[in-house]
Amino acid sequence: MNIIEFFEKNGMITGFLIIALIMLVAEQISVRLIQKKIPGSAIAITLGLALAYYGGAVTGGEKGIADIQFFSGFKLVGGSMFRDFCIVSTALGVSFPVMIQAGKAGVISLALGLFLSFVVGVLIGLGFGYRDAESLATIGAGTLTFIVGPVTGTALGANSDVIALSVATGVVKAITVTIATPLIAKKIQLDNPHSAMVFGGLMGTTSGVAAGLAATDQKLVPYGALTATFYTGLGCLLCPSAFYLLLKLFI
Amino acid sequence: MLIYGLGLLAFSYLAGQLFGDFLGELIGVHANVGGVGFAMLLLVILHNYFHKKNLIKSNFEEGIIFWSNMYIPVIVAMSASQNALLAFNNGLLPVVAGVGIVVLGFALVPVISQLKNA
Repeated sequence: MNIIEFFEKNGMITGFLIIALIMLVAEQISVRLIQKKIPGSAIAITLGLALAYYGGAVTGGEKGIADIQFFSGFKLVGGSMFRDFCIVSTALGVSFPVMIQAGKAGVISLALGLFLSFVVGVLIGLGFGYRDAESLATIGAGTLTFIVGPVTGTALGANSDVIALSVATGVVKAITVTIATPLIAKKIQLDNPHSAMVFGGLMGTTSGVAAGLAATDQKLVPYGALTATFYTGLGCLLCPSAFYLLLKLFI
Repeated sequence: MLIYGLGLLAFSYLAGQLFGDFLGELIGVHANVGGVGFAMLLLVILHNYFHKKNLIKSNFEEGIIFWSNMYIPVIVAMSASQNALLAFNNGLLPVVAGVGIVVLGFALVPVISQLKNA
């Protein structure tokens, strides 16, 4: 009997067990070593990222630790289906009046978040010596999320190096949001549903927003997710079309 | 019944995601537009409706609450299956752009949040 194959066959259940152990370790670190200065969930998520880096370094694959056979269940448990299913389930605690009241700021932050990300990406692309509109638009799109980057790059026919760069930019963004949000939440008054909706619209990266808010205050998750869920789709709409044409005017 | 709650959650998820995919097709992008958002709205509306009709009995809600409690573990699994290596092995541009936009975003959160009084 091949023991690794046994765990791979029972991948999802193995995943549950490993995650439970990660949570346990993180909680102990939080309580015993640092007197709860950083919440256990934030430590667990960071440990997850460290595992992802390790997995990538060992296998050279794209799915972090999930590319190691023993951890293959992470592909399913950590995939977008489970993530979105859990986000939807958190909506049960949502307050409708608050959501509607925050709606206007949410829409403004969404529009501003899309536009600003693109502009920042383009400017940094210029700084690094890219001069053609296709490459710049792709890098700008990658600054939205790691999905918008390749969608835009493929649509505009950017070369594959630039597309890889745009994906990397989106991943850095997601990871930065994940790690930094719980640390800075108090300073930017990210402690109520209203600012969580604004936050979701400005950042837009669903993985980052979902993980960052989870580590900050789980009650805020549905509000942030509500605006962030429109971000990638609208980004895929705007970047290869309106934003690209706008950029063409300057180049 | 617990499974009815889970069924309602599954229905809301599928209907919302389907609508998000459909909306994406409609505006010509191959991406989901707002699927999670529509699913959340549907879940809240249907839950309220069933509640008013007194159809929610015994442990109906536990089928939903279990999943909202599973949220953080799932997010941990998600972080562990990110392409983290890519983030560090592509030179400086992704780091500058990725961190830069997040810093800017953080700075804007309190500014835009003020708009509630407008």
